[in-house]
Amino acid sequence: MSSARAARTAGFNVTASALAILFLFPLLWSGWSSVKGQPGTSQASGYGLGNYRYLARYGEGVVTYLVNSTAVTAMTVAGTLLVAALGGYGFARFSFPGKNLLFLATLAILMVPYATILIPLYVLLDRLGLQNSLLGLSLVFIMFQLPFALFMMRNSFEAVPRELEEAALVDGCSTFTALRRVLLRAVRPGLVTVALFAFLASWNDFFAPLILISDASKFTMPVAVYSMQQRSFGAIDYGALEAGVVVMALPCLLAFLLLQRHYVRGFMTGALRG
Amino acid sequence: MRPPWWRSRSFKGIGYTTPTALVVVVLFLTPLALVFWMSLNRWPLLGSPTFNAPANYQRIRDNQLFVDSIGFTLKYTVVITVLLLALAMGLALLVQERRRGTGFFRTIYLLPAGVGFAAAALLFYGMYSTEIGPIDGIMRAVGLTPPVSFTGSPNTALFSTIALVLWRFAGFQMLILLTGLQSIPLELYEAARVDGATRWQAFRRVTIPLLRPTLALLLVLSITGSLLAFDQFFILTQGQPDNSTLTMVMVIYREAFFRFDLGSAAALSVVVLVVLVALNVLQLSILRRDRTESEASS
Repeated sequence: MSSARAARTAGFNVTASALAILFLFPLLWSGWSSVKGQPGTSQASGYGLGNYRYLARYGEGVVTYLVNSTAVTAMTVAGTLLVAALGGYGFARFSFPGKNLLFLATLAILMVPYATILIPLYVLLDRLGLQNSLLGLSLVFIMFQLPFALFMMRNSFEAVPRELEEAALVDGCSTFTALRRVLLRAVRPGLVTVALFAFLASWNDFFAPLILISDASKFTMPVAVYSMQQRSFGAIDYGALEAGVVVMALPCLLAFLLLQRHYVRGFMTGALRG
Repeated sequence: MRPPWWRSRSFKGIGYTTPTALVVVVLFLTPLALVFWMSLNRWPLLGSPTFNAPANYQRIRDNQLFVDSIGFTLKYTVVITVLLLALAMGLALLVQERRRGTGFFRTIYLLPAGVGFAAAALLFYGMYSTEIGPIDGIMRAVGLTPPVSFTGSPNTALFSTIALVLWRFAGFQMLILLTGLQSIPLELYEAARVDGATRWQAFRRVTIPLLRPTLALLLVLSITGSLLAFDQFFILTQGQPDNSTLTMVMVIYREAFFRFDLGSAAALSVVVLVVLVALNVLQLSILRRDRTESEASS
């Protein structure tokens, strides 16, 4: 092994490690400061779970916000999967009048700024009796997820050999039975990617609940933790704030690490082609 | 003869895509039409609307906050797009080769992308605080003079936010660049080396041209995202100091929910929409022209 090559390897290790420390530092710091004591706060000294206990009691209680976030996320993931799986199958395998128009209209969602669509949605959901409602919020998230999800699912269904489906249809299955029994299994990687994206987006989104939810008992986690930062009377309890960040980030980081293979592959295949 | 199941396929296709059509019509096209209608009305947050076109549009010129926010948003967009792309390219080149540890480093650089953007902004809000934030102490320890407040002057506020956005998005852009880099055939690099090209020449003559579609995608994503910036400034700087870090979307939000003037917010939204669509069309047409030119020359 030449010394030049050894030097290059050492250079790589030093640079990559230094950068790794920079990228990891904020995450480690927030975990550390969420258990560290700070005079005058709920964890006055030493280390412990005082900040988390304060968080548990904050406002309506962190459990309420976690339940809200979980409900919105579950409805969004289920709704996105349902609409995108049916739609993706329809777009991949059938031809019907207005098909291209509908597909383009769905992709156009990507072109429209978040704020441009949320201001009228605020008025529209009010008229539909869905303002201040977690269901209304989920419907909005499903709409925002739809361009990516539909594109992904259409490509996934197109990649399945037609013979697989036709064999089932010749056996007398309806197209819906064929979809349910045969095709859904074949497009599972696509479904996982769509579900992961819907989960990350709806769990973490801040702007839509900020605008659409005004009742504090219906806040999702990001808005609830933000409201801790906004209390202008008295000092901000930074330790509890970081505890809130940890509670928000942990499920995402876990899902992110566990499903990284899908996430990365989803990008490399479906999402970026075309 | 087609088998019987073929006969009604057109109807079945409509059936399968009905949920999609419902979502698109009710939750996208209807609000899109509504925002245009709202922009033509005096539309208070509470109370009934009255037609007043084109007053909402005429007043935009006098909305100094919005006019100033355009300049700031453009400045932010240029700075963050350049820095983010440069950092992501550095990371991608660093970990693209298969050697020990690259998989581990890739995962670490990508990890911040798993944290929600609002959560990341709140995290950095704590890091920048003088009460418990570590950055102040670290800067002193290495002999630098930290600013009195990381969000106290227009420049420090901007650069504190940029650090947050770089941390949160560099790994994500790196991932997309890696997919582009991996599609470049290794033979091209070998041919360049045989021809006596240096690493830098190979990068400029082989990597960059072949990476063009990926770079274009990242530029579109980054420019669109930055022009619509909201969370990072809303949480980290709240537009301060002296409204110097207000973005366009923040002004729209303010118009609607602090000044309770939905009509005016709708007019601003329509302006942002038109500019963004025009910009996207422009970017796409430039990219297409570039592509046909490079195909013609090769």
